[in-house]
Amino acid sequence: MKDIEIKGMVSAHAIIAITILLATLAPTLFVGNYSVYGTHLVWLYSCCSAVAAVNIALYALLGVSPTPKRHTLSYKVTKLFRSFMYFGFSCLIFHGIVVLYGAPLIESALETFSFAVLLSTFTTLRCICMLGPNVQAWIRVFSKNGAMSIWDTSLQITTLCSVIGAWFGAFPIPLDWDRPWQVWPVSCTLGATFGFVMGLLVAPSWIYWYRKHLTYKSK
Amino acid sequence: MRLRSSVFAALCLLMEVFGIALFLRGFFPIPVKSSFSAKNKVADMPAEPSAGPTSNWTQIPAPLFRKVVIMVIDGLREDFVFGEKGKRFMPFTRHLVEQGSSHSFIGRARPPTVTMPRIKALTTGSIPGFIDVVMNLNSPALLEDNLIWQAKEAGKKMVFYGDDTWLRLFPKHFMEHDGTTSFFVSDYTEVDNNITRHLDSTLKRDDWDMLILHYLGLDHIGHLSGPHSTLIGPKLTEMDDILKKIYTSLLSKEVEGALSSLLVLCGDHGMSETGSHGGSSDPELNTPLVLASPAFRRKVAYDLPNVVEQVDLTSTLAVGLGLPISQNNVGHLIFPVVEECSMREQLRFLHLNGFQLSRLLRDGTSAYEKDVGFEQFRVAEKSHGNWVKLYLEGNTSEVLNNMGKKVIRQYLDALKSMSSSLSKQLGKYDLYSMMVGTVIVFEVLFLLLLGMADALRSNAELDLPLSSSLCSLPSYLLCLLFSAVHVLVCTSTESSCYFCSLSWALAFAVIFFVTALLCVILSIMARKFSWEKPQSKAQSSADSGFSELDTLLLAGTLGHVLSLGASSFIEEEHQTWYFLVNTLCVAVLQDVCRKYFKETPEGGVCTPSKEDLEGSDYGSRLLKGQEKWLALATPLVTLACCRLLRSLNQTGVQWAHLPDFGHWLNSSEHNVELSFLASSSLVLIFLLIHKRCSMVSKIALGMGLLGVYSYRAAVGNVQFPWQQHGRDLSKGVLEARFVYVFVLGILFTGVKDLLKSQVVAPSREARSRGLWEVYSGLVLVVALLFRPHNLPVLVFTLVIQSLMSRFIWRGLKYDAAQTTIMHYWLGQAFFYFQGNSNNIATVDISAGFVGLETYVEVPAIFLTGVHTYAGPLLWATHLICHLSSEMQSSPSAMGHGCYCFAVLRSIPAALYVLLVTALRYHLFIWSVFSPKLLYEGVHTLVTAFICIFFTAMDQKRSAR
Ligand SMILES: [Zn+2]
Ligand SMILES: [Zn+2]
Repeated sequence: MKDIEIKGMVSAHAIIAITILLATLAPTLFVGNYSVYGTHLVWLYSCCSAVAAVNIALYALLGVSPTPKRHTLSYKVTKLFRSFMYFGFSCLIFHGIVVLYGAPLIESALETFSFAVLLSTFTTLRCICMLGPNVQAWIRVFSKNGAMSIWDTSLQITTLCSVIGAWFGAFPIPLDWDRPWQVWPVSCTLGATFGFVMGLLVAPSWIYWYRKHLTYKSK
Repeated sequence: MRLRSSVFAALCLLMEVFGIALFLRGFFPIPVKSSFSAKNKVADMPAEPSAGPTSNWTQIPAPLFRKVVIMVIDGLREDFVFGEKGKRFMPFTRHLVEQGSSHSFIGRARPPTVTMPRIKALTTGSIPGFIDVVMNLNSPALLEDNLIWQAKEAGKKMVFYGDDTWLRLFPKHFMEHDGTTSFFVSDYTEVDNNITRHLDSTLKRDDWDMLILHYLGLDHIGHLSGPHSTLIGPKLTEMDDILKKIYTSLLSKEVEGALSSLLVLCGDHGMSETGSHGGSSDPELNTPLVLASPAFRRKVAYDLPNVVEQVDLTSTLAVGLGLPISQNNVGHLIFPVVEECSMREQLRFLHLNGFQLSRLLRDGTSAYEKDVGFEQFRVAEKSHGNWVKLYLEGNTSEVLNNMGKKVIRQYLDALKSMSSSLSKQLGKYDLYSMMVGTVIVFEVLFLLLLGMADALRSNAELDLPLSSSLCSLPSYLLCLLFSAVHVLVCTSTESSCYFCSLSWALAFAVIFFVTALLCVILSIMARKFSWEKPQSKAQSSADSGFSELDTLLLAGTLGHVLSLGASSFIEEEHQTWYFLVNTLCVAVLQDVCRKYFKETPEGGVCTPSKEDLEGSDYGSRLLKGQEKWLALATPLVTLACCRLLRSLNQTGVQWAHLPDFGHWLNSSEHNVELSFLASSSLVLIFLLIHKRCSMVSKIALGMGLLGVYSYRAAVGNVQFPWQQHGRDLSKGVLEARFVYVFVLGILFTGVKDLLKSQVVAPSREARSRGLWEVYSGLVLVVALLFRPHNLPVLVFTLVIQSLMSRFIWRGLKYDAAQTTIMHYWLGQAFFYFQGNSNNIATVDISAGFVGLETYVEVPAIFLTGVHTYAGPLLWATHLICHLSSEMQSSPSAMGHGCYCFAVLRSIPAALYVLLVTALRYHLFIWSVFSPKLLYEGVHTLVTAFICIFFTAMDQKRSAR
């Protein structure tokens, strides 16, 4: 029973990973002298929008998120509104945390905020898609033994990987190599993206490996 | 032998300090110094060597120049004169260099490229070792033989204008002087105008022989805005005009038939691409050296300047002025300068220089006779003698000339190789002492790590198999073996080892000590392996309960140690600690969320201690609800505090030039803001710590804090609202001593309470109050020593400590080990928050003068130490207070804390010692790795003291 689900997850994750690759390459066609470091924000937003679009499309089609009991329009609108609000909040929170970590407050605020948007896309957006705008459910998933399905586990893994990737991305900044990717926030965004992709790849294999040990409480 | 873990930890740290001290002694080479303490005298000068009839020229040669002007431009790097910038902004100098009668060179400075050691190098001709720099932070008078002293002895009149470092190094040497301080880096016009305004009148007069100018403006511009700033150009042009003025004035005074004058333009060090200096990159090391005099031949063709050592200038100047070359000089004569002299004179100069170098070589090394340069010098001296014999016989043929040229070449080769072998000795390490030190440090580390499992058990006691392992045959054999190795090493190598120069009894004691440690380690390991099997199951089950926080704490500790391998990470170590502390706060925040806001199966949000809640009334329930939010806020507040403090003091290297809040506060126009900040910080400090003090110390604390403010007002850092500007400043000795009296009073009441609780009537309350009083005494000292802009650091320390201990460490029930690691990390972060770095330059020596009329060594060192390590000290003392209040619930907390503290210190110290040994030929060894090594050593010493204090506080439990 789990094998089908895992296969679905593998394909979904593969699609997202390929999207990131395409989003990295696509702007060469439209933007003059484009490079990941040079025109970093272009890359960043192209990546963000692609991942967001694919995520929303995938989870709308696959219907992993909990099926709502009522389908009224107003309910949907509130849900949509709340989703947007949560996403915005998460961007602000990430921005705040990044500033607390020592990012410059005023100069390069746009870069910092873009980094926060990227992180939110990799973490919060997936949460919204899979769990709905429901903070209680988020806390449940991210507490010990809180996962209820393999999708929850994959969510845990990808979120953790992106955040840790961003965390490790900060390491090369103090080195005096004067490389273009050491400029704030390039190494962090690259780290987060790398971590996210790693998370996407690792999650199905990890779940497959530990499928005997993973016991989920029924919903 | 059974030992409590705190005692064991303190002992281990003391041994580690000993090991590090031995290592340091071997690591920092003592520079080659002549063993004669007297200075070179004219009478000591050797006569001209001769092979037959004695030479008639025994006097020291007459000076070559009538007057010498030395113009030192601080931070002048080579391309400012010889490069593109020089072409644009220094037209006169370039003209002089390219077509004038001058000689130009690239003078290579030696690291550390800091002004004071560079001035020393220029005047003594020696290369001040790293340890010299550390020992002379307050730059007292230079006692070594030097050019300025020699000139004064010879009756030369000297005038000096510029950086007052010279005046401190050479007090009473100058006939006339005006010093400017290099303290206010933001001023780059006034410092130079101060010098230039004297110039016209001085140049007109004729009563001086030597004029030294040291311009600071360029260096200040470098520090402010880097070598590519738009301010550099005009400054260089200003310098160029001054040089022109001096040179034309010297030219106008030239008298036909008399000696001419010499103008020297040089930089003490360059500047890096960021505008700072101190390191060993090429732009910092390469400085221009231009010697101009009408006596030189006019240049026909300009070619690129040759590279010489900066110290070569010293012997050249000594020869040029007809002075004895100073004793510890390692430089050799810049030959083109004397090229115009007669052959006999040239040979004489070279011989004098060679004689001085060979004497230094003979004093410094035992195997000097094998030195290539020394042999070459002997040969050259002999042929010089032959030449003199021929010359005195009246031979003037071409043969004599050719022979003279050959002798010159021999001399130059000899000088070069002697000079290089002398400077090479600076880089020689005493590997044997270093190894013994490393072995001790690592044995201690292994001992601590092996004992960890036992020491962190609930009874916090260790069983050391001391007697059984010592009284065994292997230990005797090992001891014999090590002694044999020692004898072998010490008899085989010619180079002087410090450890070999120790007396036999002392050396044997150390060897015995090393053996004992090794035997104990071996026997503990043997016991571990024999006991491993039955215990293994219990162990593994205990280890599985590893939370995310533990993982982070472990990974952070190890990651930090690993990061020390990269020089950038050492320079920017503060970033590592800020990053770790922030991550710690986020992890704690997540822990809090998990504990207080977790969804219960029923769907509600549960509070952690459900059992507690059921029996309690509504009021406490409300309190619990509040506590939840406060606990949530604590890590956030900590994060915010850390962010604010981070922008208070920029440290490190890469971003040190960025403007920070501390500079803003310290500028004179923001004095009101600074006063307000300082006074409100002092009030907050009082509010934060007075609660747990007794009445007496409460009053003393209040008075002391008032005294702190009036001290700062007396020194002129802050002002009272009723005070008008322009009051006279004092040293504030009276006010500072007033504070010291209260500090002693608080410490006395604290110690009295502690003794009472220990000896007379064991009461937990008196004891924790006593500890708290000791702690508040420390806070008061630190408040006095901190510069006023740093007082918020102290306030934030207290805020974070009180919040964390109430809501996090107690609220979330972290165990002693976790709490200790967090304290250690925060202490490290606060070490950097207060503006310290891994560079010696950031040690604030002014703290050593608080309340003292003059420099008194012991209290000054003590106060500087307390000030520098204020952060770690405050956090460690708070840890003691916190753990002792926890002792009711976990009586072994104190021992565990002490042990963890010792382990946390030994791991980085031991690995760093190993790392430095491996990287001892690294390019940055003197600029980055060695200062860090000193910091590690001192930190270990401080931690050892803290552990002893821990042990003293831990006494009670075992006595009961
Ligand atoms: Zn300087
Ligand atoms: Zn400087």
